[in-house]
Amino acid sequence: MNTDKKFPIWSWVWFGLGALYFFLPLIATLDFSLRAQKGTISLLAYTRAMSDPKFVEAFSFSTIMAFVTIIVSLGLVVPTLYWVHLYLPKLRPWVEFVTLMPFVIPAIVLVFGLLRTYSAPWIINFGGTPITILPSLTESKIGTRILLISGYVVLSLPYIFRAVDNGLRSIDVRTLTEAGQSLGADTLTILRLVIFPNLRSALLSGALLTFAIVIGELIFAAFLAQPAFGPYLQHLGQHRAYDSTALTIVSFALTWAVMGLIDFVTRSNVPQKSH
Amino acid sequence: MSYLTLNHIRKQFGTSVAVQDFNLSAEKGEFISFLGPSGCGKTTTLRMIAGFEPPTSGEILLQGKNITHTPANKRNVGMVFQAYALFPNMTVADNIGFGLKIAGTPKSDIQQRVNEMLELIHLPDFGNRYPQQLSGGQQQRVALARALAFRPQVLLLDEPLSALDAKIRVDLRGEIRRIQRQLNITTIYVTHDQEEALSMSDRIVVMNKAIVEQIGTPFEIYNYPATDFTARFVGQLNQLKCVVRNAQTGECEISGQAIRTQTTIAKPNGSEIRLAIRPEEIYFGKKEGLNVLSGVIDEVNFLGAIVRIRLLIGNQHITGDLFNERTFIPPSIGTPAEFSFSPEACWIAEK
Ligand SMILES: Nc1ncnc2c1ncn2[C@@H]1O[C@H](COP(=O)(O)OP(=O)(O)O)[C@@H](O)[C@H]1O
Ligand SMILES: [Mg+2]
Repeated sequence: MNTDKKFPIWSWVWFGLGALYFFLPLIATLDFSLRAQKGTISLLAYTRAMSDPKFVEAFSFSTIMAFVTIIVSLGLVVPTLYWVHLYLPKLRPWVEFVTLMPFVIPAIVLVFGLLRTYSAPWIINFGGTPITILPSLTESKIGTRILLISGYVVLSLPYIFRAVDNGLRSIDVRTLTEAGQSLGADTLTILRLVIFPNLRSALLSGALLTFAIVIGELIFAAFLAQPAFGPYLQHLGQHRAYDSTALTIVSFALTWAVMGLIDFVTRSNVPQKSH
Repeated sequence: MSYLTLNHIRKQFGTSVAVQDFNLSAEKGEFISFLGPSGCGKTTTLRMIAGFEPPTSGEILLQGKNITHTPANKRNVGMVFQAYALFPNMTVADNIGFGLKIAGTPKSDIQQRVNEMLELIHLPDFGNRYPQQLSGGQQQRVALARALAFRPQVLLLDEPLSALDAKIRVDLRGEIRRIQRQLNITTIYVTHDQEEALSMSDRIVVMNKAIVEQIGTPFEIYNYPATDFTARFVGQLNQLKCVVRNAQTGECEISGQAIRTQTTIAKPNGSEIRLAIRPEEIYFGKKEGLNVLSGVIDEVNFLGAIVRIRLLIGNQHITGDLFNERTFIPPSIGTPAEFSFSPEACWIAEK
């Protein structure tokens, strides 16, 4: 009988149960992915999956999409939030509310909305002559990719917002900007020499999260018929179970690696206290 | 000629007036404090001088040049903030050299000036540290060096010491004043701490509710307060209701006890006025030739250097500050006692 109050036995029991719930399926998946060859443990599923040219294609497509998404998102969010923190702090909750939309509106609704809105061209009648303001985006390759990236940007907003917002909060943007101004610097110089360097770790963690989201995204890519990693993985799962489990494990590992990188980056950028 | 001039400065946020008809002429090298309670418009005025806020009306002149609409980064005015506001991504040396770097000063000159400033703030070996590795007091000294390194025409400080411990606060007070004198830089210092303002300033601007109450030397502000607010805000002050007995000779009566003042009173006999007197001008006990008030001690506060005693006279209180002496035994509460003060020490408060 354990009567020692200092040992939080129930905490450990619940922790153990939680860990089991989380790890058992993962272990089962890992085990399954190693049994592509009957009777032995092998990496066959991994080598087969990774050497499929379609995999390479899908993965590189998603990687490129992820990078474009990151650039667009940061380009949108950083200046906006800098401005909001500096001059319109009362607007911050509203901006946050807008960025939370992807949590409220399911991706499927978003993608249908995009399709409905942008599949037809936007034409206005200018004194009898029709002028095309915006052509149909779904009819061209580039148009569909623009739609896809727009969707990804929306999906990444809550994460990018939070990362940048945390970064800006941790540095008293207003006073630092004013300090810079009083020392003779203009807004661009202040952004370059003061704000961006202090946001570096925040920007990186936002970017890495976005990367993880885009790589795993299924619905947007599937409905816009794009050769992305998500649909590829799903398709593979229906035909070659071992290979798709192997890729699942790989993407898991990748996500964890990204998390580890976030943690490392956000910690290591702060100069250490003197001893 | 005045070095820094504020002419009829007014600032409105929406419909609320933050600063009203602010006029000031500061000489070169002068140390001026803005003193007043929180929300009276000190920071707003300072920010208008810095160029962070445009005045609603009025003009600001620096060495005769109108800078009212000059952007902050073109003003050549150094600023020290309450929250230090050092750039966390830069070393102490880079922080101090920032203004010179922006101005395009050659690297070697920056280096030399930074070392000079580090000497000046007594932190010669701290150039390679990051702000986070310094104490609050050290950070504020670096912020001061940064605000001075690029040789601004005016130095502005907004409650620079209020985030620091009491002991460091007093040390830094002297430090700031020493550096300011050494560089002979015109300085505006915002504070709500009257002790700070009194001990550091050449002149003090007392502010209340967006209005300038009085501008004067610490001596003038303390001993000859121009308004009721100044008298109450700067230093401790007793205010006693009394009845005029003889307006011509300045005689009146506090709770039935006769008092002489030095001046004639501009109110008819029998009317009620308020008499003001500083606690440190009061003697404990009866003194020949002075005004004497008898009452009952109802509070004794031992403050170390000072013993603060409160006397109940009729239905009013009067507080006296006595210097502590080892031979002095503080009286106990409830015992009858007398306070004495000279007729010159008291004055008639406004209203
Ligand atoms: N940006 C602003 N918008 C609206 N009101 C402000 C702003 N800045 C200051 N005020 C108001 O102006 C008044 C003076 O403020 P401030 O100058 O900061 O006072 P102090 O520094 O003396 O404490 C206060 O009532 C404050 O609420
Ligand atoms: Mg203030």
